[in-house]
Amino acid sequence: MVVNWFLFDKLCGAAVHPQVPSPGDHTLASAMALPANLAAVTHLKPVPDPKPPPKLAERAETQPRVAELERWATVLRIDCVRMLAVAKSGHLDSSLSAADVVAALYYRVLRHDPEDPDWPSRDRFVLCKGHAAPIQYASLAQHGYFPLEDLTGLRRIGAHLQGHPDMRRTPGIEVSTGSLGQGLSMCIGICLALRLDGLDGTAQVFGLLSDGDCQEGQTWEAATSAVHYRVPNLTAIVDYNHLQTDGTTEEVMDIGDVRAKFEAFGWDSVEIDGHDMQQVVEALERSRTLRKPAAIIAQTKKGKGVSSMEDRFGFHGKPPSPEQAAEALEELMAKLDEQTAALLEAGPGRGVE
Amino acid sequence: MAAEPEAKTEPIATRHAYGDALAELGENHDDVVALDADLAVSTQSIKFGKRFPERFFNVGAAEANMMSIASGLAASGKVPYCSTFAIFAAGRAYDQVRLGIAHNELKVRIGASHGGVSLGEDGASHQMIEDIALMRAMPRMTVVVPADYNQAYRATLSSYERDEPMYLRFGRPATPIVYDEIPETLDGGVDVLRSGKDITLIATGHMVWRAIEAAESLEQQDGVDAEVLNVSIIKPLHSETILESLSKTGLGITAEEHRVVGGLADAVRQLAAEQHPVPIFAVGMGDEFGISGTGEACMEHFGLTARGIADRAREALVLKPIVSRPPLFGPQWT
Ligand SMILES: Cc1ncc(C[n+]2csc(CCOP(=O)(O)OP(=O)(O)O)c2C)c(N)n1
Ligand SMILES: [Mg+2]
Repeated sequence: MVVNWFLFDKLCGAAVHPQVPSPGDHTLASAMALPANLAAVTHLKPVPDPKPPPKLAERAETQPRVAELERWATVLRIDCVRMLAVAKSGHLDSSLSAADVVAALYYRVLRHDPEDPDWPSRDRFVLCKGHAAPIQYASLAQHGYFPLEDLTGLRRIGAHLQGHPDMRRTPGIEVSTGSLGQGLSMCIGICLALRLDGLDGTAQVFGLLSDGDCQEGQTWEAATSAVHYRVPNLTAIVDYNHLQTDGTTEEVMDIGDVRAKFEAFGWDSVEIDGHDMQQVVEALERSRTLRKPAAIIAQTKKGKGVSSMEDRFGFHGKPPSPEQAAEALEELMAKLDEQTAALLEAGPGRGVE
Repeated sequence: MAAEPEAKTEPIATRHAYGDALAELGENHDDVVALDADLAVSTQSIKFGKRFPERFFNVGAAEANMMSIASGLAASGKVPYCSTFAIFAAGRAYDQVRLGIAHNELKVRIGASHGGVSLGEDGASHQMIEDIALMRAMPRMTVVVPADYNQAYRATLSSYERDEPMYLRFGRPATPIVYDEIPETLDGGVDVLRSGKDITLIATGHMVWRAIEAAESLEQQDGVDAEVLNVSIIKPLHSETILESLSKTGLGITAEEHRVVGGLADAVRQLAAEQHPVPIFAVGMGDEFGISGTGEACMEHFGLTARGIADRAREALVLKPIVSRPPLFGPQWT
């Protein structure tokens, strides 16, 4: 069958992105008490995959629900604590802060195939804040890109899991990162290549940035060029946790209203609670329907999920002590049990909520 | 005046010396200002920042901005010390350093910490192994790589006394002490730490204590009498001490935590090639990037150890009778 890509986009765009939402569609958005600029967002169906590989065809029906995604986020957090406890090195709180966004991406939003990591029209995920590598490694391992046991090799000599993502060593990594500020430009390069290959109508590129990324000037060079090149398939998520190495961003170098900045650069720009899975999923799925550069400013807490770390300065780049790790695992395991029990009780209902 | 600093005796990182001495400079000189790019604890500029908050500018993760702000400060009579990891100081902000600082001959000091692969776990993205080459190639830039805490302390203090732009490289891990005291000066930047007649081990930074260990092993196991030089100022290179030693031993090994291209190896080889051609073998990073692991595991992985130096010396000594020739025109530097 020959797909008319242009027509497809038109139809999709029209169907899932109504200019004026009908009043009835507001229930979810208002229930979530969103900031003003998200108020117009209706609850959207995921974009149907026009060219799914066989495995992914089944995914539309098996989309995990929000409650399941929340549970997966806990699973990933547990993996991160374990990895860091073994490695005794790395950035735990940075990884925990991004866990919900990354879980939403890998378990629901991204169209990817662990058995065919190079599938040309896959969605791309770039961890611009490369120091949060553990959260991506956990997701990749849970999806079978490499064995779960490999997670214990984090940062060890001879193992493939480097301190920062390395595309030449680890399957599933699109491009190596670790130097703040470069990631968004790399995303744009990927978008341009997809365009040249005629794939920018299907493959969405998601970049996850940090506060530090937004302090680097290069990010704003990238922001300018994304609009100039009219890349239709780029989503930049900012993990805005207001903490960096030397203190709060407000103390060190205030990046202010990042949402307004992206908007001023010509992006579609929304702000969400980055730990509210419903909002995260909705914003991510909405972004791929826009056909223009889309920024999602996720207000987050560094160390989210581990109370002793949450939103507190002093943990950046410090591995947990054995006691801290044990305590964190206890808390997260309890959470996981709770979430599992709730899911079992709710029964096997699946599909999009 | 602050109290005279105490020399350290136990292993400690050179970046701590930078932080301690920088705070002392702040105490003694009102025109000293410090900048950092969200790594003030890692680079230890935090000590200055705590004492002199009004003269401390943490610009966040924005290294290019930091270097150009420093140009403005220096052009207006301040003496800025810019601190970040070597990878970002020399890599990310190269052009800002080049035009804004080196070309303008401004008295800016770049305190680059976490040089080399011994920073360990963060891996290749953070392990700077080309900075000496970049900064050597940059016109008018002085390049300083101290060997231990005590020398790094002096290097930082005396950087204030000079006017040229300066790149100082420090390391992350605690390393053994080489100088018993805080030296009075860096002199020309080349010190003979151990004299010998058979071979010259020329080392810089973290490789200096390893070179001394290598010399001891060569003496004990092979009866070889190695001379050890510490090159703490790689540019401008003080040629006399090096040439004197090479003319005595007829054979050199360089050792650096850096690419063998453009670093100490090339600096020494250039000198020898022009003025006293003898074989110079190099210990350093080949044509490859770093890797994640503990700092020491990384050093071992790349052969940047006392063992690595000693083995290279043994190979070289086998070749020495074949390749060493007396210089054609005798020593030219006198
Ligand atoms: C160009 C560059 N400069 C400095 C660093 C060192 N560094 C690593 S993480 C970080 C800041 C961490 O804070 P943030 O960016 O807010 O990330 P978070 O962990 O809070 O998500 C810095 C300065 C780097 N990786 N890259
Ligand atoms: Mg942050």
